[in-house]
Amino acid sequence: MNNLIEIKNLYIEGFYEEEWHPIVSDISLELKRGEVLGLIGESGAGKSTIGLASMGYARQGCRITSGSINLEGIELFDATEEDLRLVRGSKIAYVAQSAAASFNPSHHVIKQYAEAPVHHGLMKYKEAEEEAIEIYRRLFLPTPEKIGYRYPHELSGGQLQRAMVAMAMSCKPDIIVFDEPTTALDVTTQIEVLAAVKEITEKMNKAALYITHDLAVVAQVAHRIMVLRNGRLVEEGETRTLIKKPKEKYTRELLNVRALRETKAITDKMDVILEIEDVAATYTGHENVLEDINLVVRKGRTVALVGESGSGKSTLARVITGLLPAIHGSITFLGKKLPGSLKKRKKEDLRRMQMIYQMPDTALNPKQTVREVIGRPLQFYFGIRGQKAKDRIKDLLRKIELDPDIYIDRLTTELSGGEKQRICIARALAAEPDLIICDEVTSALDQLVAEGILDLLQDLQNKTDMAYLFITHDLATVKAIADKIVIMLEGKIIEQGEKKKVLAPPYHEYTDKLLASVPEMDPDWLDNLLDERASTFI
Amino acid sequence: MKNVLILIFKRSGASLITVFIISLIIFIGVELLPGDVAETVLGQSATPETVEAFRKELKLDLPPHIRYGAWLNDFVHGDFGNSLANGRPVSELIGWRFANTLFLALSTAMIAIPLAIFLGMLAAFYRNTLFDKLISTTTLSFISFPEFFIAYILIGILSVKFNIFPSLAIIDTNMGFGSKLYAIFLPSLTLTCVVTAHMMRQTRAAIINVLASAYIEMAEIKGINRLRIIVHHAFPNSLSPVINVIAINLAYLIVGVVIVEVVFVYPGLGQLLVDSVAKRDLPVVQASGLIFSIVYIFLNLSADILSMLSNPKLRQSQI
Repeated sequence: MNNLIEIKNLYIEGFYEEEWHPIVSDISLELKRGEVLGLIGESGAGKSTIGLASMGYARQGCRITSGSINLEGIELFDATEEDLRLVRGSKIAYVAQSAAASFNPSHHVIKQYAEAPVHHGLMKYKEAEEEAIEIYRRLFLPTPEKIGYRYPHELSGGQLQRAMVAMAMSCKPDIIVFDEPTTALDVTTQIEVLAAVKEITEKMNKAALYITHDLAVVAQVAHRIMVLRNGRLVEEGETRTLIKKPKEKYTRELLNVRALRETKAITDKMDVILEIEDVAATYTGHENVLEDINLVVRKGRTVALVGESGSGKSTLARVITGLLPAIHGSITFLGKKLPGSLKKRKKEDLRRMQMIYQMPDTALNPKQTVREVIGRPLQFYFGIRGQKAKDRIKDLLRKIELDPDIYIDRLTTELSGGEKQRICIARALAAEPDLIICDEVTSALDQLVAEGILDLLQDLQNKTDMAYLFITHDLATVKAIADKIVIMLEGKIIEQGEKKKVLAPPYHEYTDKLLASVPEMDPDWLDNLLDERASTFI
Repeated sequence: MKNVLILIFKRSGASLITVFIISLIIFIGVELLPGDVAETVLGQSATPETVEAFRKELKLDLPPHIRYGAWLNDFVHGDFGNSLANGRPVSELIGWRFANTLFLALSTAMIAIPLAIFLGMLAAFYRNTLFDKLISTTTLSFISFPEFFIAYILIGILSVKFNIFPSLAIIDTNMGFGSKLYAIFLPSLTLTCVVTAHMMRQTRAAIINVLASAYIEMAEIKGINRLRIIVHHAFPNSLSPVINVIAINLAYLIVGVVIVEVVFVYPGLGQLLVDSVAKRDLPVVQASGLIFSIVYIFLNLSADILSMLSNPKLRQSQI
């Protein structure tokens, strides 16, 4: 069969730091009807750039410098803007990472569905509407006749993402580019979108490029996988072969992340660091976002707080730190009852409880150097300055495995994402806390970098016996780092216990659903799960 | 919907309080003016007895808070008092002049608003091209010149040199609609030059701001042409700042036209205000000031409500 698209020796450059730099080098790929090609790599690997280039599109500040992009006999590399416009949306369509940002907030969802086919002169608005409803039904959107007549903000993340998959189908293109379509979603919603992708590629016989950083996800949908790094091809192969027998070291690293570590036992005799009793909290005054929260964190142990977005995990962190005073219940920290409000707490209590945030970019002052960032808590809590502070900062940098001489005088903006998060850890360590609250600390980071951060946290805990309260929605992280697991749903704790108990049968119903939704590195996993669901449904 | 109604209700309440505060400021401001009204009106030759009698007639002998209460109460009931200069009811003096001011403002707005939005969209569409720079430079120049300067230039060219339009915009009630429009052509053109620039630049900036959004990239990837992207995707999402700048300029057209009215001797409220200040005709000054303030606040309130309604998220939010 002929290839639908053939890309040969593609080179793309990006403009930054006043110069053009290569961001994609010598990439060639081809795609046949009914085939799904997975592009995988960490951020900066050039995946999205390649995906967009397959439509002849380059983002602002990027340019396609050489190569050939042949889409069903049409050469896109040197095509005019108007020729490109005719192809885009009609022959090749795109599903973006964030559906919430990619839908125009001012128009109904169905109107945006119909826009491309009407604009390309393929059908009348009425026909497009009818087809939209049909596709919404096929993608299992609730009330398919009505859902299109809502504004984007009235749909949930998973629904929007499926509506966008539907929108990409509107002109019946032969190829669809999926760019991280599930990254922003909870695990349970991710399944719905993956099922939609399968539905389209297999039953409707389309070709697809599937871009992601998660090997387990791509293994479910792709026939072939290309591993990319820094804009270059690392290796390419059939999905099953690549997962079983990766040739390159980098691929093996991607496969091996999140190796389990030993769990430390928890006994009642161990020192209690933090005890939360019967806590409830509210933002509005009449609706409780947290209720009946009871929780104990013990010395030298990690408690993982798990739940989907909106379950109240981060709110609980705000209550513990005093940013949002609880309406009743008590928080006991190191044997003392803490006042609910941050302002009433003593400096010493503040020092002993530190926090690390999800977005290291926003948690660090861009105008400060590493020395200022780490030096501040030293001065604030201990009054250490000058040479003594410098020695201490260097010591801390060594602890977080960054070379003090290189990093101490760098601006925070001159660091990579992983390095920034390490600086945030060092800042928390500087206060010599007994408890660190980690709020989704790895979710903004690439897989391998995240792995490094988890290892570091583990290492520090072994040395200093700190306790962690680890907030995350990622069960793989939980499996890797937790000693005790607390599962939250709709503001309540629905299950808690030692890791081996929570993650072993008999499961709590919701825990089971969460666990079952985490993709495994097995290409048949999604099919089996969907079959299982279909049979229980009947 | 309920939520947004509450928001609108709150916002309107705040406006009402603002009007009240402004009425106080106007009253106190006028009260603080040096000199005695009665003496000024009657002249230096008046005997103390006549001045005293006149003060009584004007109720100036009563304490200020009682006079303020009476004035506000009358104002709310549509009685603006009598002019000191000629004894005629203020409402009679103001009424037709205010209508003239509105007429000039609205005719200008009818041209200026669509023109500004259209030019703004064009400039955004052709951004960073010669065309965009040309529009930006031209409009910037118009903002930078004082309006009386533009007015005199226009009179110099269109009235004196080519004699196409009258330099004095004198209208009266007997004139037909067409000849009225003809008469106000020059002041209207002057105002258009001044306000278009503002609105056009805001439209351009708002659209360009939105053009960086992910949904615009999505529209491009869907193969939608650029003109439609600007009109259909970018413009509806940049409405809020555009509505605000339109409201401010509309308010300016009604409240700030004093200079233009004076230059063209146009019988509007601004002209009356200037005359009355010169004549110390305090009831007229107070009433005009309050009317101007109410117009200004009302237009800003409308802008706020409209930009709330232009956002589907706010329009549909429920408690």
